[in-house]
Amino acid sequence: MLWLAIFFLVPMGFLGYQSLQSGDFPHFHFTWEFSNYWNVLHSNHDGGYREQYIRSFVYAGIATAACLVLAYPLVYWIAFRAGPWRNLFLLFIVAPFFVTYLVRTLAWLNILANEGPVVRILRDVHVLGPNGRLLATTFAVVSGITYNFFPFMALPIYVSLEQIDARLLEAAKDLYASPTRAFFRVTLPLSAPGIVAGTLLTFIPAAGDFINAYFLGTPNQQMIGNVIQAKFLQSLDYPTAAALSFILMGTIMVMLLVYARIVGTEKLTG
Amino acid sequence: MNQAMTRDQLLRRGAAGLTVLSLPSLLAACGGGGGGGGTSSKPNDVLNFANWPYYIDTPATLKKAGIDRPTTLKQFEAKTGIKVNYYVEINDNPGYFAKVEGRLSQGDGIGRDIIVSTDNDKFLGEYIANKWVQKLDKSLIPNIKNLIPAQQHPPFDPNRDYSLPWASGMDGIAWNEKVSDPVTSVKQLLEDPKLKGRVGVWNTMGDTLGLVLLENGDDPAKVTDASFNRALARIKKAVDSGQILKFYGNDYAPVLAKGDLAATMAWSGDIANLADPHLHWVVPDQGGIIWTDNMIIPLGGSVPTASTYMNFMYGPEISAQWALGANYISSVTGVKQAAENLDPKAASNTLTFPTSQTLSQMHQNDPAMLTSKKYEKEWLAVQGQ
Repeated sequence: MLWLAIFFLVPMGFLGYQSLQSGDFPHFHFTWEFSNYWNVLHSNHDGGYREQYIRSFVYAGIATAACLVLAYPLVYWIAFRAGPWRNLFLLFIVAPFFVTYLVRTLAWLNILANEGPVVRILRDVHVLGPNGRLLATTFAVVSGITYNFFPFMALPIYVSLEQIDARLLEAAKDLYASPTRAFFRVTLPLSAPGIVAGTLLTFIPAAGDFINAYFLGTPNQQMIGNVIQAKFLQSLDYPTAAALSFILMGTIMVMLLVYARIVGTEKLTG
Repeated sequence: MNQAMTRDQLLRRGAAGLTVLSLPSLLAACGGGGGGGGTSSKPNDVLNFANWPYYIDTPATLKKAGIDRPTTLKQFEAKTGIKVNYYVEINDNPGYFAKVEGRLSQGDGIGRDIIVSTDNDKFLGEYIANKWVQKLDKSLIPNIKNLIPAQQHPPFDPNRDYSLPWASGMDGIAWNEKVSDPVTSVKQLLEDPKLKGRVGVWNTMGDTLGLVLLENGDDPAKVTDASFNRALARIKKAVDSGQILKFYGNDYAPVLAKGDLAATMAWSGDIANLADPHLHWVVPDQGGIIWTDNMIIPLGGSVPTASTYMNFMYGPEISAQWALGANYISSVTGVKQAAENLDPKAASNTLTFPTSQTLSQMHQNDPAMLTSKKYEKEWLAVQGQ
């Protein structure tokens, strides 16, 4: 409880206090300014940021799904087939994290550059038009988010899979289950805690991300994280930035409760 | 597997962990920079100077300019015996402001005697209006008489009590000849279909809208709602049509060099520093914006030490060497003649020593536009923020 108080409640309390302030930098006063919340929920046309909120959840959702689809087969192979090499492959998954987040994202500027190999190949096979580009598109931003959060999905699923007792699969085989059936009836349900943990660890920070949209996107790809960053650093409008953060957190918490209700809380603890 | 910890053990270990984790920040709070600062009336032995990257002459750049002398920093240290700690830690105005405003707003020093902030953004005005800077000691800066007339009464510091120019630069248009024909006007930049999706502009309002205001025939030094809306509409149209690829900070130059950008709004010094023969920079047809980065002395800095340094940099010969090494524009009278003595070839570089004809095409931003909350919100909205 002490931990929770110091690292969560106190900062949240201060943020909430700040979100109800008004005034100009640096002279803010507490005035129960609930209009800070109301004003930002309008659409962009009316001076609010609703589109960026929706876009953030959509991008985070797509990236989480992509991470799941990409990570599961990989860690399944590592857990069951890699044998003595599994630690090495786990290292490969984690290795990009030895480089700072910013530099990892900047690397994509080179990978997806117009004169780079990826775009050139795609243009040659006519997937992209002759002037087509990958950078500064929704594809680039979502790919960047997927890449950056991939280990957060992969490692929890790996932990779940690794804990599956191989004898259960043997038993399934003995009871005439095909490998596919065994997967769906035994492996997948037992890895559910890992999947749930992975999706949470990926979706929640991805929804608040701003680095990928900043470097890899145009104004039409900006996420709510970019709005909060601009409000905080450029506009020096701390109350609005705090209100935006609270709304983001509140929405994620509601989504989390719904998610927990759907999957059942036993899955969270395994 | 898990061993259950008793509550007692958890509390003890948690407290120990917290103590260990908070030690670095406690040490940092006590540290506060490499000595110096303070309230004495004599210069210290140390000057702590925070600046932007590529903003000072280095042995490498001096060699390239053909100047066989120690750097201006080294010459200062030799002449005055004051050691300079040069921190290249400013990358943009809002980021650095956010870093220091916490301490300055409490009246505390930041461990620096001089910091540098730009006049065509709102933060320089914020430092001065909030009284987070100290007055210069002009008795220690006799060379202040060398300040060019155009810089003597800026709107944010009409009597030059708090600031002195460090470097000026010009806003213009750059293009990469490998992927584009010459681009010489903002109209072409924003509307030429051949450049679609490969055009860059800045994310700073003063720079980008300043150039568009000029293209519209409006005065960037006196912005009205109508002229602002006209300029903003033009940028919005270019965003919606896909003409503009991105709103950049410092980072457009390598993208232009690589060819992902065909043409972009660009700062004169960046193109000079890249020295890539395929990149060209021009003043736009309808005029450009000139901005100045200013030295200010934050709270807690040593006024005599900082003033002594400023006086040194305002000698024409030293300033000429700095300009040739840093490739930015000096505000010191007589700097071009002094540069010709050092290196006649380099002194003919019109990006560093603009002709009076070029300077006559330059304009400055309206500070009221830069500090207006309404304009700022609309500017951010065009960027999707």
